[in-house]
Amino acid sequence: MAKQPLRNSGRGSAERHKVAVGDRGRGYLAHHREVLVSSLQRLLAEPLATLMTLMVMAIALTLPSVMLVGLQDAQGLSEQWRGAGEMTLFLDAGLSEAEGQALSAQLVDNSQIASTLYLSKADALAEFKQYSGLGDTLGLLDHNPLPAVILVEPDAGYRQPQQLQQLATLLEAVDGVAEVVLDLAWVDRLRAIIAFARSLAWVLGGLLGLGMLLVVGNTIRLEIENRRDEIVVVKLVGATDAFVRRPFLYTGFWYGLGAGLLAWCLIQLILLYLGTTLSELIGLYPGSFELSGLGIAGALSMLLFAILLGVAGAWLAVVRHLAAIEPR
Amino acid sequence: MISFDNVSMRYHTGFEALKQVSFRLGAGEMAFLTGHSGAGKSTLLKLIILMERASQGQVWVDEQNLNRMVSRQIPFHRRKIGVVFQNHQLLFDRSVYENVALPLKIGGFDGDDIGRRVRAALDKVGLLSKEKLNPIRLSSGEQQRVGIARAIVNKPKLLLADEPTGNLDPELSADIMGLFHQFNQVGVSVLVASHDLDLISRLPYRRLVLDQGRLLTHG
Repeated sequence: MAKQPLRNSGRGSAERHKVAVGDRGRGYLAHHREVLVSSLQRLLAEPLATLMTLMVMAIALTLPSVMLVGLQDAQGLSEQWRGAGEMTLFLDAGLSEAEGQALSAQLVDNSQIASTLYLSKADALAEFKQYSGLGDTLGLLDHNPLPAVILVEPDAGYRQPQQLQQLATLLEAVDGVAEVVLDLAWVDRLRAIIAFARSLAWVLGGLLGLGMLLVVGNTIRLEIENRRDEIVVVKLVGATDAFVRRPFLYTGFWYGLGAGLLAWCLIQLILLYLGTTLSELIGLYPGSFELSGLGIAGALSMLLFAILLGVAGAWLAVVRHLAAIEPR
Repeated sequence: MISFDNVSMRYHTGFEALKQVSFRLGAGEMAFLTGHSGAGKSTLLKLIILMERASQGQVWVDEQNLNRMVSRQIPFHRRKIGVVFQNHQLLFDRSVYENVALPLKIGGFDGDDIGRRVRAALDKVGLLSKEKLNPIRLSSGEQQRVGIARAIVNKPKLLLADEPTGNLDPELSADIMGLFHQFNQVGVSVLVASHDLDLISRLPYRRLVLDQGRLLTHG
């Protein structure tokens, strides 16, 4: 504002007046800029109070966001599992190891099957010992109770649930195959759990968003109360409602932006911390899992949402309380 | 400039502050509004800037019927009128300059223009050297002059003053009245509410005398 060139110098007063009228638009923008800065300065003048309000808002944003990000990734993983459509063929006990190997090799020729893996009775026992923790107990048995299995991974083009079911029926009919197990039921259950958790996250997000709205609204209400004298005076000298509202709406904007940024930092920290423990857990299962974080689009939409809530909260307070302040 | 036509004003409490008041203030005219405290002077001024509305009768300001004015229009109506308040109504969280600049910022004036007009107004009331101070550090008379500078900074056609010399000693009061006289000389209509009869009687302006809400003389 101070650096504008001296356009009017040396002109007649009548002309100068005309220019001044044309300048109204620029004065309006200048006032927006000024209020934008001064409302930030006001917040920074009381750093502790501002930080506390921001923290409350940031936590309200962080909780559902972390949940949604985690669930998003978990869903991706379950899709991976489900998409693999792997099935387990339990072989007849009478089948020798050589016959089993041969069957496994033969199945790969089927165009619907991408690969097979033969696990002999001994392999199956070894794997079971490793993961079940029952190694010592199994040692007491005098013979190996486990059947040999062939793990079948269907071709990428045949992974629709219906196709998988057909393939399973087909394989069940093959000589030497005792039973076919399609490992989808628990993945479906996981998906249902994730879907439920996601609705829960949205409900929680909605409630916390409402809480955020009220926090901003209440903070702005106190601010309005503090600046009552100022509001009376500016109304007396001809301020429109929009002029009176402006600083409070900008305050709401800053609260939203600040809370959004703070929440982003919190979310990144939490995901960093959770990421390491989670990858250990997930490492026990097939498929790759990585907490993706918010991403740029996610971060921007969260920021936008936070700003929207900040301004909306301020608007509510302003509509509710400013009208009550009239010069008397 | 101002026209009251059988105006009565009754507050919610039932108190009737004005009773069938009629008078006219011509464009470029200056007049005093006198009477005991509680006689209705402040109420009359409040009706002109629409801090209150008349219960009965018509109020016209600058050819506009205030009875018909909706609240959205009130800010723009107030911008045409400079008002000097009894208790100054200054803001103590900002400088003298910022206080005087307020009506211009509200009016959407440009930065350069604001600076020029504010300094002109402060120069007029003799406070140019104090523009950077907080008004709380000024004397009562100086604060009153800041209020006057703010009232005239956007060159209103009409200037109202409510007890502008309320707490001032006679010499300062005469200074203030002198300022109003000067504005009137350049064509501004001025209405000053005051019970300082001593001072008023020495000045050659028309007097409107209120007594318990009734206008006694207007000659």
